[in-house]
Amino acid sequence: MASSDPLLPISAREEDPLSSDVSRSDPNAETHRRRRPVKGLLAVSFGLFFIAFYVALIATHDGSRSNDVKSDGTASRARLAGVSEKGNDGMWKLTGDRNTVSFSWNNSMLSWQRTAFHFQPEQNWMNDPNGPLFYKGWYHFFYQYNPNAAVWGDIVWGHAVSKDLIHWVHLPLAMVADQWYDANGVWTGSATFLEDGSIVMLYTGSTDKFVQVQNLAYPEDLNDPLLLKWVKFPGNPVLVPPPGILPKDFRDPTTAWKTSAGKWRITIGSKINRTGISLVYDTTDFKTYEKLDTLLHKVPNTGMWECVDFYPVSKTKVKGLDTSINGPDVKHIVKASMDDTRIDHYAIGTYFDSNGTWIPDDPTIDVGISTSLRYDYGKFYASKTFYDQNKGRRILWSWIGESDSESADVQKGWSSLQGIPRTVVLDTKTGKNLVQWPVEEVKSLRLSSKKFDMEVGPGSLVHVDVGPAAQLDIEAEFEIKKESLDKILGDASVAAEAEEFSCQKSGGSTVRGALGPFGFSVLADERLSEQTPVYFYVAKGKDSKLKTFFCTDTSRSSFANDVVKPIYGSSVPVLKGEKLTMRILVDHSIVEAFGQGGRTCITSRVYPTKAIYGAAKLFLFNNAIDATITASFNVWQMNSAFIHPYSEEAVRALSRA
Amino acid sequence: MKKVMMVVMMVMVMVSEASMIEQTCKETPDFNLCVSLLDSDPRGSSADTSGLALILIDKIKGLATKTLKEINGLYKKRPELRRALDECSRRYKTILNADVPEATEAISKGVPKFGEDGVIDAGVEAAVCEGEFKGKSPLTSLTKSMQKITNVTRAIVRMLL
Repeated sequence: MASSDPLLPISAREEDPLSSDVSRSDPNAETHRRRRPVKGLLAVSFGLFFIAFYVALIATHDGSRSNDVKSDGTASRARLAGVSEKGNDGMWKLTGDRNTVSFSWNNSMLSWQRTAFHFQPEQNWMNDPNGPLFYKGWYHFFYQYNPNAAVWGDIVWGHAVSKDLIHWVHLPLAMVADQWYDANGVWTGSATFLEDGSIVMLYTGSTDKFVQVQNLAYPEDLNDPLLLKWVKFPGNPVLVPPPGILPKDFRDPTTAWKTSAGKWRITIGSKINRTGISLVYDTTDFKTYEKLDTLLHKVPNTGMWECVDFYPVSKTKVKGLDTSINGPDVKHIVKASMDDTRIDHYAIGTYFDSNGTWIPDDPTIDVGISTSLRYDYGKFYASKTFYDQNKGRRILWSWIGESDSESADVQKGWSSLQGIPRTVVLDTKTGKNLVQWPVEEVKSLRLSSKKFDMEVGPGSLVHVDVGPAAQLDIEAEFEIKKESLDKILGDASVAAEAEEFSCQKSGGSTVRGALGPFGFSVLADERLSEQTPVYFYVAKGKDSKLKTFFCTDTSRSSFANDVVKPIYGSSVPVLKGEKLTMRILVDHSIVEAFGQGGRTCITSRVYPTKAIYGAAKLFLFNNAIDATITASFNVWQMNSAFIHPYSEEAVRALSRA
Repeated sequence: MKKVMMVVMMVMVMVSEASMIEQTCKETPDFNLCVSLLDSDPRGSSADTSGLALILIDKIKGLATKTLKEINGLYKKRPELRRALDECSRRYKTILNADVPEATEAISKGVPKFGEDGVIDAGVEAAVCEGEFKGKSPLTSLTKSMQKITNVTRAIVRMLL
C-alpha cells in the first residue's frame, strides 16, 4: 500500500545501533576510499540499502501484526457461507440433508426469486443506496451498480425516480467512472440541500491509483425534475485521506448539517488500527474543508466504519427532522456499517455542536459493539437515511444482498435488492431504541384482504387459505391466553430460560417451549418440507418476568445446498398492556418482519425450490407445549410495483408531465 | 569486516523476508500450505498483506482452471457423470469468471469484504460440485485443494478488514 509510514522509521532508525555499524565501518571506508573510492561507496550504499530494506520489513511487520484475525471468524463465516464445519476427512460438508438428490437451479426456480415490489435494477449487481432525496415532486434513488456482471465490480451510480417510493422508473446511469479521481469506482455518497434549494452530492471516488477520495458533483440542470445529468466539480477531489488515515480507509461521506456557526459539517467513517472512527469536516462551499481535530466518535475494536449516518430524532414527536435540526427536544443517532461483521449498528446520544463530538446515552451498547442496537437483525447493510421534506419523514434505505451462491446470481442474471423504505423515529415509549415501519405508500399495493380471528392450541398448525402466497402483507396481533400465562408463571417446575435463549442458538422454530414459539410459516409448501417461520418466543425469566423474542428461522427455507440459512432475531421490548404484534411483507425471495410496531425488524433472503409459484402457502402455528394463543390478523395480496425499465420514450413522457 | 557485515545483513534480510510470509501464514488455518504457496511465488517476498492475498487468489484461479480442464476431460472418460459434470462446469466457471475477478478488484481497491465474499463463494462452488457425485467424486483431491486454499486465502483477506 502506498502509505508514507514505512518511510518514516527509516530516517528515524538511521540513528540507531544498526547504522552505527555503518559509521564504524566508515573509517575503513575512508582508508579504502583513498585507494578504491568506487568499491567503498558501493559497499556503504549496499549496507544502507540492506538496513533500509530490513527496517522497511520491520515496519510492515508491525502493520500486519496489528490486524488480528478473529479466531472464531473463519468457522462462523464458513457456517454463514452455507457449508458446515469440516469433517474428519478435511472436506467441507454441505448444509442440509446429505442424502438429498443432488441439486441444480433451474430457470423456473430462479426467475421466481425476482421480487414484485422491492427496488432492484433490471439486471446485474447492486449494493449501497446513494444520495436519496426528494426534489420537484420526485423521489430520487441512486445506487452502487455494476453494469457488467451480477457480482460486485466496475461500480457506477444507477438512478431511478418515483412519485411514491414504491413505483419506480429506471433512468440512465447518473455518474460513471470517467475521471482519474473515480476511475476505479464511483462509490457511495450523500446529498445535501443548500439554502437556495440547490443540491450538492458528495461521493467517494477510487482514484486511478486506488486512493479513496471525496468528490463533489451537482445536477447539470436544476430545472430538470428528473435530475438526469450530473456535473463533477472540476476541482475534484475536494478531500483526500488526511495524515494518519490510510488511503483505503476513507469513504462514504454523509449528508451535511448546519452548525450554529453557520458552516456545513459532514462526517466520514474510517479506522485507526482496530478502532472505528468518524472524521469531521466543516465547509462553507463544499469545495474547501477544514478538518476538526476532534472525531465525531470512536469505538475501539470495531474495525472500519463504512456508510456512517448521523441525524437528529425528536424525543417527543413521531415525525422526521431535517438533518440540521438541533435543540433540547432532540437526540442524535450515530450509525455505522461494520466492515468486519457486515452489521449495521446505531446508538442514541447527544451531539455537541461546539466541537463536533457525540457521546452515546449508553456506552455499554456503543456503536459497533456486538450487543449494540441494530436497525435489523437479518440480512441488511450499508443503510442510509434521508429527510423527506415532502412528508416530513426520515426514511431509511438499505442494501439487502443475496444469501445464495454467486453461480446462482450469474445464472439468474442479477444480485441484491433494496429493503422497502422505512420511516425511522425514536420510540417515544421506551426512549431507548428507534422504531421503523414500511412507508405508508406500500399500502397502495394491497389488493384483496382476508381477516382471521382464531384460537390456536398448543402444538397446532393451521393452513391459512389466502390463495397465492408469494406477495403478501400480513398484520397480526397475538395474545397468550391468560390462563396459560398464569399457570406457567405460577409453575415453579417450568424453568426460567429467558437468560439463555437466543433466536440464533436455541434451535429454531421446531424447539418447543412453554410459551412459544408461535407465528406464521411463510413460503411453505403443503407438506412444510420447505418453510420460513416468523415467530415470537416468550420466555420466562429468573425473576418470573417474561421476555419476548422475535425470530425468523430460514434453516428449512430451502432444499438448496448452496444457500445460507441462518436463524435471525432478537429480544423485543413489550410494554405493559401491549399485545404482541407483527407485520410481515413477503415478496418472493425476501421476507421482512416487523415486531412490536417495528421495534425489532428482521429481513431475510430465502430461496425455496418447491414452495414457489402456486405451491407457496401460508400457515399459522403454535409450537408451545402448554400455552394457547389467540391470533387476530389480516392478510393482503400485494400487487406488483411494475418497476419501469429504462426507455427514452418513458423518460421523455415523464419530463413533460 | 565489511564482507562479513554484508553477509550478516543479507542473512538478516532473508530471515526477515521469510518472516513476513511466516508471520502472515501463522494466522491462517494451514501454515505449511500458506508458506509453500507464497514462497513459491516470486512476488511473495516483497508483497504486503494485500499482495499476498492477490497471489493466493491467483492460485485459486490456477486451480480452478486446472479443475475445469479435468472436468472437460471427464466427459469422454465417464459419460455417465454428464449431469454432475455440467453442474461442476458451471460452478468452476463461476469461480473463474465471477469470484476471482471480484476478489481481485476488491482487494486491489481496498474493499476487502467483497474479496472475502468471492473467496468464500469459491469454496462453496467447489463443495457443491463435489456433492454432485454423491460420494463417488473423481475430483475429490482437487476439491480438497480448493477448500484448503480458500480457507487460507480467506484468513488473509480478513486481515485487511
